Amino acid sequence: MSSLLFSRLLGNVNRGCQTRRLLPVIATFSCPQQRQMTHYPIDDIISGLTDEQIQLRKTVFDFVQKELAPKANEIDKMNTFPEMREFYKKCGSLGLLGITAKSEYGGSDGGYLDHCIIMEEISRASGAIGLSYGAHSNLCVNQISRNGSEEQKKKYLPKLCSGEHIGALAMSEPGSGSDVVSMRTKAEKKGDYYVLNGNKFWITNGPDADVLIIYAKTGTGDTKPQHGITAFIIEKDMPGFRTAQKLDKLGMRGSNTCELIFEDCKVPASNILGKLNHGVYVLMSGLESERLVLASGPVGIMQACCDTAFEYAHIRKQFGKRIGEFQLIQGKMADMYTTLGACRSYLYCVARACDRGHASNKDCAGIILYTAEKATLMALDAIQILGGNGYINDYPTGRYLRDAKLYEIGAGTSEVRRSIIGRSLNEEYK
Amino acid sequence: MSLRILVGCKRVIDYAVKIRVKPDKSGVITEGVKHSMNPFDEIAIEEAVRMKEKKIAKEIVAFSCGPTQCQETLRTALAMGADRGIHVEVSGPEYETLQPLHISKMLAKLAKDEQIDLIIVGKQAIDDDCNQTAQMTAALLGWPQATSASKIEAKDGSLQVVREIDGGLETIKVKLPSVVSADLRLNEPRYATLPNIMKAKKKPIKKLAPKDLGIDVSPRIQVVTVEEPPVRQAGAKVENVDAVVEKLKALGHA
Repeated sequence: MSSLLFSRLLGNVNRGCQTRRLLPVIATFSCPQQRQMTHYPIDDIISGLTDEQIQLRKTVFDFVQKELAPKANEIDKMNTFPEMREFYKKCGSLGLLGITAKSEYGGSDGGYLDHCIIMEEISRASGAIGLSYGAHSNLCVNQISRNGSEEQKKKYLPKLCSGEHIGALAMSEPGSGSDVVSMRTKAEKKGDYYVLNGNKFWITNGPDADVLIIYAKTGTGDTKPQHGITAFIIEKDMPGFRTAQKLDKLGMRGSNTCELIFEDCKVPASNILGKLNHGVYVLMSGLESERLVLASGPVGIMQACCDTAFEYAHIRKQFGKRIGEFQLIQGKMADMYTTLGACRSYLYCVARACDRGHASNKDCAGIILYTAEKATLMALDAIQILGGNGYINDYPTGRYLRDAKLYEIGAGTSEVRRSIIGRSLNEEYK
Repeated sequence: MSLRILVGCKRVIDYAVKIRVKPDKSGVITEGVKHSMNPFDEIAIEEAVRMKEKKIAKEIVAFSCGPTQCQETLRTALAMGADRGIHVEVSGPEYETLQPLHISKMLAKLAKDEQIDLIIVGKQAIDDDCNQTAQMTAALLGWPQATSASKIEAKDGSLQVVREIDGGLETIKVKLPSVVSADLRLNEPRYATLPNIMKAKKKPIKKLAPKDLGIDVSPRIQVVTVEEPPVRQAGAKVENVDAVVEKLKALGHA
């Protein structure tokens, strides 16, 4: 940083003498003399992936590096992804959107580990669009796939899987974040319909979603708060439903997020997802798979940190040597490499267990708790390795940090995740 | 028409990898390095799959020659739409000295054994840049050839092919059976989707040894040395055109 300031000063002093413009530091980095490794390779033999999963990673990597990665900086800057619909349709044609849904409804008959691999590679290219993808494919599609009736699955899944429709899920409200069961949005029965009143906040894909899963209170005053919640499937055009301002976020910019407003919104009773007043089971089991799949977001971001920082450390020279050859930087890179490997292995193990029907509350909360916090720290390390260049927005490391931080908050804050694991351990010693 | 197409798919070092020469200068480092299908061969497979979708072809056979890992390359071809694979296993020092002539002989033998109507290969491989296999295969079989194809149209027992040549585009007609080599602008290959990757698992890959085809893969060449290209020297900047001419004269170029 100080060298930048110094050369600026020099430029000012020399201005009277020469008309030569000082070249910015970026010019030397953007035209490397030889091809370097722009992506640090992932050792999938150590990750224990099958041949098909390795092929899947390659397909998704090739696809997003071509269609998404070049646009990632612009998406972040403008807080919008203009070609989002086309991108979703392309994902749909590759079978990426309904990965865990059955093929008879347009899905891909895949498992949670396949889902994690896709989420990881999309997040590696753009953390924001990775989050949007996760909200669509897991929060919406997977929930309908697991809890929907035959008619609901036939009606909603095909277009969600093809990318023609975008999905979202809404449980949080301005006054109900961690304490989600204290939600106030009400659904009153009126004949064959339920009338919804209230609002939801921090809803990913809210501005663009065609199909949304909404949690609302249907219970009367004397039931326990968690036993009075029901999940509904809402369509964008239902009367009484509208979206409000798109949120201006620190990170995950381009993953459109907004407030949802329900003013006497009429929803047919046939759109109840799961059973009346049993929404909390849909919610809680949904949170488990949500945490697992979203935990791959930070892993993708960490991989991107290694991609960028390792390459930079082997191009940037100071004191006549590549900075990656100094011990303190070697140490940093070693820590990044090992942390990424450990996170990936934990993630894939939990995903494999979930695919075998062995899902655990503790480990789903644990994996996102761990990877999210590690990702934020690793993004800070990546910025540090890039030095002054890490501090300017021409380089992606600032975006990695801002994107990574969300994962310590969304899908249950780190504090909530720790409570879940702690309480679960207490139960085992009762 | 219902053609049976044979497509050659070579396993090469991935285009994005930085190539490094072995310290003993005997070749490039391939151990632990990312490999993938030769991009021109991906284009060849894509063309064959499109012909099958248009009902011009009835079966696509993917072929690869090399070590065990070539099976991965064949799996990619199967995931893109090929029906079955043939892997001729050659590894170690014999693989290092394998030449287009050996491959052409294999393709020619397989074409006869499997009753192939059309052979499509990439115009060249990105590791050796030979651009010989299609031509040699056609000569061995006595079949017509259409190389560097950028457009293929099938019409009653023959193909109309637009070729990219130095002077522009040349359109020729070749009778079937023939050999075609794919150039860059022929098509844009599809991604292998997860459902297709799963389907590819069930498609068969036949494993053969070169002697099963009666082909001798003993080396015809000896690699003397492999070295990196010289490091690019910095250029010089001058103020105007006169200075350019002066500099060129000083260096003896004008």
